[in-house]
Amino acid sequence: MENFTYLQASQAKEATAAVRDHKGAAFIAGGTTLLDLMKLNVENHNQLVDINMLAFKGVEQTADGLRIGALERMSDVGENPLVMQQYPVISQSLLQAASPQLRNMASIGGNLLQRTRCGYFRDTAFPCNKRQPGSGCPAQEGENRNLAILGGSKACIATYPGDLAVALVALDAVVLLENAKGKQRRVPLLDFHLVPGNTPQRETVIEPGELIVSVTVPAAAHARKSMYLKVRDRASYAFALVSAAVGLDVQGSQIRSARVALGGVGTKPWRSLTAEKILTGAPATEATFRAAAAAAVRDAQPREQNRFKLELAQNTLVRALTDVAAKA
Amino acid sequence: MNEPAFFETTAGPGVVGQPLNRVDGRDKVTGKAKYSAEYALPGLTYGVLKTSDIAKGRIKSIDTTAAAKEPGVLAIYTHLNLPKLAKTPNDPDGKKAIGAPMGFLPLTSDVIYYAGQPVALVVADTFERATHAATLLRVTYTAEQPIATYTDPKAQLFNPEKVQDGKADGYTRRGDARAAMASAPVKLTAVYTHAINHHNPMEPGSTTAVWEAPDRLTVYESTQGVTRTQKSLATMLGLPQDQVRVVTKYLGGGFGCKGSCWPHTVLTAQAAKGVGRPVKLVLTRRQQFTSMGHREDQTQTLMLGASQEGKLLSLIHEKTSTTSPWDNYAEANSKIINILYDCPTFESHYQLARGNVMTSTFTRAPGEAPGSFAIECLMDDLAYQLNIDPIEIRLRNYAEKDPSTGRPWSSKSLRQCYARGAELFGWSKRNPKAGATRNGRLLVGMGMATASYPVHNSQGMARVRLYADGHAVVQAGATDLGTGTYTVITQVAADSLGLPPEKIRFELGDTKLPTAPNSGGSVAAGTVSSSVYMAAQDVWQRLTKVAIQDPKSPLFKAKPEDVSVEKGRLQLTKNTAKGEDFMALMKRAGMDDVEGSGQGKYGAGYETGRPGNPAGPNNNTESTGEHSMHSFGAHFCEVQVDPDLGTVRVTRWVSVHGAGRILNAKTARSQIIGGSIFGIGAALMEATLRDPHYARYTNSDLGDYHIPVNADIPEMTVEFIDEHDPFINAMGVKGIGEISMVGVSAAVANAVFHATGKRVRDLPITPDKILGTKSV
Ligand SMILES: Cc1cc2nc3c(=O)[nH]c(=O)nc-3n(C[C@H](O)[C@H](O)[C@H](O)COP(=O)(O)OP(=O)(O)OC[C@H]3O[C@@H](n4cnc5c(N)ncnc54)[C@H](O)[C@@H]3O)c2cc1C
Ligand code: SF4
Repeated sequence: MENFTYLQASQAKEATAAVRDHKGAAFIAGGTTLLDLMKLNVENHNQLVDINMLAFKGVEQTADGLRIGALERMSDVGENPLVMQQYPVISQSLLQAASPQLRNMASIGGNLLQRTRCGYFRDTAFPCNKRQPGSGCPAQEGENRNLAILGGSKACIATYPGDLAVALVALDAVVLLENAKGKQRRVPLLDFHLVPGNTPQRETVIEPGELIVSVTVPAAAHARKSMYLKVRDRASYAFALVSAAVGLDVQGSQIRSARVALGGVGTKPWRSLTAEKILTGAPATEATFRAAAAAAVRDAQPREQNRFKLELAQNTLVRALTDVAAKA
Repeated sequence: MNEPAFFETTAGPGVVGQPLNRVDGRDKVTGKAKYSAEYALPGLTYGVLKTSDIAKGRIKSIDTTAAAKEPGVLAIYTHLNLPKLAKTPNDPDGKKAIGAPMGFLPLTSDVIYYAGQPVALVVADTFERATHAATLLRVTYTAEQPIATYTDPKAQLFNPEKVQDGKADGYTRRGDARAAMASAPVKLTAVYTHAINHHNPMEPGSTTAVWEAPDRLTVYESTQGVTRTQKSLATMLGLPQDQVRVVTKYLGGGFGCKGSCWPHTVLTAQAAKGVGRPVKLVLTRRQQFTSMGHREDQTQTLMLGASQEGKLLSLIHEKTSTTSPWDNYAEANSKIINILYDCPTFESHYQLARGNVMTSTFTRAPGEAPGSFAIECLMDDLAYQLNIDPIEIRLRNYAEKDPSTGRPWSSKSLRQCYARGAELFGWSKRNPKAGATRNGRLLVGMGMATASYPVHNSQGMARVRLYADGHAVVQAGATDLGTGTYTVITQVAADSLGLPPEKIRFELGDTKLPTAPNSGGSVAAGTVSSSVYMAAQDVWQRLTKVAIQDPKSPLFKAKPEDVSVEKGRLQLTKNTAKGEDFMALMKRAGMDDVEGSGQGKYGAGYETGRPGNPAGPNNNTESTGEHSMHSFGAHFCEVQVDPDLGTVRVTRWVSVHGAGRILNAKTARSQIIGGSIFGIGAALMEATLRDPHYARYTNSDLGDYHIPVNADIPEMTVEFIDEHDPFINAMGVKGIGEISMVGVSAAVANAVFHATGKRVRDLPITPDKILGTKSV
């Protein structure tokens, strides 16, 4: 771990300017991703800018939906009654993530920016294109059971490991960013994370010094009738092997609108618009769910150890759709 | 003082066996108990290891310039400047003399044998500075292609003469198993694989070394055996053994990885000598994965021949595993397969391949855990094949004596374990058909397995000092792994001295105390309790001598053999009215205290009130004694399997054991629960992944190496069969640290088979294996 200086910012401007003007600086919120990677020497920062004093707080109903401040803690958002009732998939994705201790520390903004658990990435003794562009990707022929089957490239097949972003991407969430000039921009979460392509080191569209201010989620019938199903190697406190975030608006027996995203299988939170297309307007039957699930993984490129995710992802999706359709 | 003080309790006399709360519980939860890395010594400095990035090759250069310039850095040790040791384990004689777990000491040459091998040790005045400086070291290597496991096509397999570091035979044969197999009406063969497992105690390995004088060293160590570490260190450093003191007052788990003196300990001692100040070194979690051994990756092939009635005729076992470049280490899986059932013929072989890995080491129930997985799954297969109940098939092969030696058991309550376990579990309600029981979407399965673990008797010493004011200090250089040694020994001392437990203080974990064996192989409870019991007997004998020579004593001129002690009162056995309390006797004689010492002996002294039977030529050790000494038990497991998602959850658990005298019902239950959870971890989730090309682990942290969490574990039912074994040791205690996990993974796998009809023989049983699409 490198030595670093520590600065507590009281204004957004102060924080963004500090990071923009100081090469090697980083924001710190809960620190649960950042300090972990710094201790492993995977990330090295000579200055940390603490943003916890900024006013990026609040979980509130707006005219057209939900607004969550980037510095809200995972546990607070997960247990918020509004979120639990109107956006169950968000609450469930948070409460099935990490451990209570981590959820008490970790922020919403930091959660979206968590980094892959690929074991090669986390150990500087290995080559890794994401950590050291051009050095290679040993995961392709190595321990890749946990890695992605969707969105990978020759350069990188690392899974996006988080849960919350999978729920948010399903519900058309939008991220509000602010840069050092005080300029704000809105980016749909769908476009926020990047597939690796030839530049696996670039994981999101966020620019150096840019802050996540908040996340907004439009209200919708499929948001109220939604759920998160997570399959993992142990009952709790493990990253997803596969997860499904689904929302359905069913009228009679017909699906009026559908939202589908997968976690644990993609190099980014994996929304499946093709699956949604199959679901929309179709009867809410197992056959429909199966067809949608098959479509969701049609482009998958599994490796030796993660081939099982093909079947598991489909089963998980079918199960989630079945359960959510059965909800009153 | 860093040990539990005299404490409050409501327990009365006869406290052995009672569910006494831990005497060290309050100190632990309030943070008062100091673990080995928590001694804030004056002038303390911090050591941090730099480890190898490659798994095979040579160090080309180590540039220490930048690191050495960092403020606070006191020294940087590499193979180029590490002070020479009197002995290293790098040759077989040295290894033997040291009692080293591994035939190689890092920082003694430029050769790299395994990933994570220490290449430098940085010492600085703070932990942070040492950590930072270590990252500034520039090490270059000439790398070669390593061998990661025995499945590597380049790996060369060989048949070792001995395994488990010379402690077990590489080939065993009893009768003609091949011929018996050829003619057996029923034949089964199956292949079992077991992932690499790491012990992962909560407390990582740590050493704090302080030289009290140029030739006198004290080490605060995270070890399961202070004496073994003392001997190893003294041998390597060329000091008389008594010039090294090792202290371990509290241990945060060990599970075998702290059973030996590993390289980081002596390197820390060397560094402390070099900088002339105390040095503390704590392994990081990642370093823990490459510093204190592991359970090796392994494949077992088991063949079974039986009659149509399910009677075993032949067992042939073969194990292939990875070992290090220097040692022939493999857990001796075949031992339990050889003794578990009455089978007239048996054969076993071991095969090893040298990989670029450190030497594996004993891991809770070494051999018994994976060995029982193979035999107990195959017995289950046999039961299904012949349509016989799994318990019934085991009863048909019940071993009335030890099949491997023909000796009678010192005691065996396995029949009762099966019966009681089945009753508690509701085994009779189980539908024998596999894949036929459902709970909504979930498949329900029930499985069982047998457990067994040998009683490894070790001799140990203890000292008891009884004060005339009615309290006592009891001492033995044993270690409490966190499992309750402080508590149970306090109970034994209380009963042996006729005092309430709060009048006893038990001190352990220091080489200044009487020598005790390693707390490993489930020996601590039996050996230490027996030594303490014997030491208390010694105290009474001394006081008896005083009494019968004291004209003022009611026992004046009595014959010693006519005197017995009841709750602290010395009296005539035949006329108990004649006698006196020890306090009265000691006060009158002007004795402030009286001290006795004892050695754990064979024979159930506690049962009879007499000192233990003398150790004779025929009842010394397990292998030369008249009796074969083992604990036995049975585990019953219910799982619910989601066939679509592949998840397996253990939903009910029953364990019943016959393990001799149980010293504390509460800590014993906790031991069995802990061991069963350890086994459930191995069965369902624990696996260290070693990259096949780099021979380096890819999940060496507790986020990615999964051990069970509370949500994985149901309420567990634990019972013991009341067992009085007159042959094993003075207290009749068999030890339960390891039997608790033997058979566990088989019970889980058997339940999974019963639920799904699918036999998974590849541990751990993760969702991908239930789905069955894992490509080969
Ligand atoms: C053992 C373990 C298990 C876990 N399991 C799960 C799991 O099952 N599911 C899951 O979803 N997650 C899991 N996590 C990840 C965890 O949720 C994230 O670490 C956490 O959400 C990150 O939030 P933080 O506030 O601590 O971020 P930090 O560590 O403080 O920051 C992370 C990154 O985001 C940047 N950053 C933080 N806030 C902002 C902001 N407002 N604007 C711009 N940049 C910002 C930081 O500079 C840093 O680069 C696990 C983590 C651990 C350590
Ligand atoms: S998959 Fe990506 S993160 Fe993992 S080793 Fe390859 S490049 Fe690195």
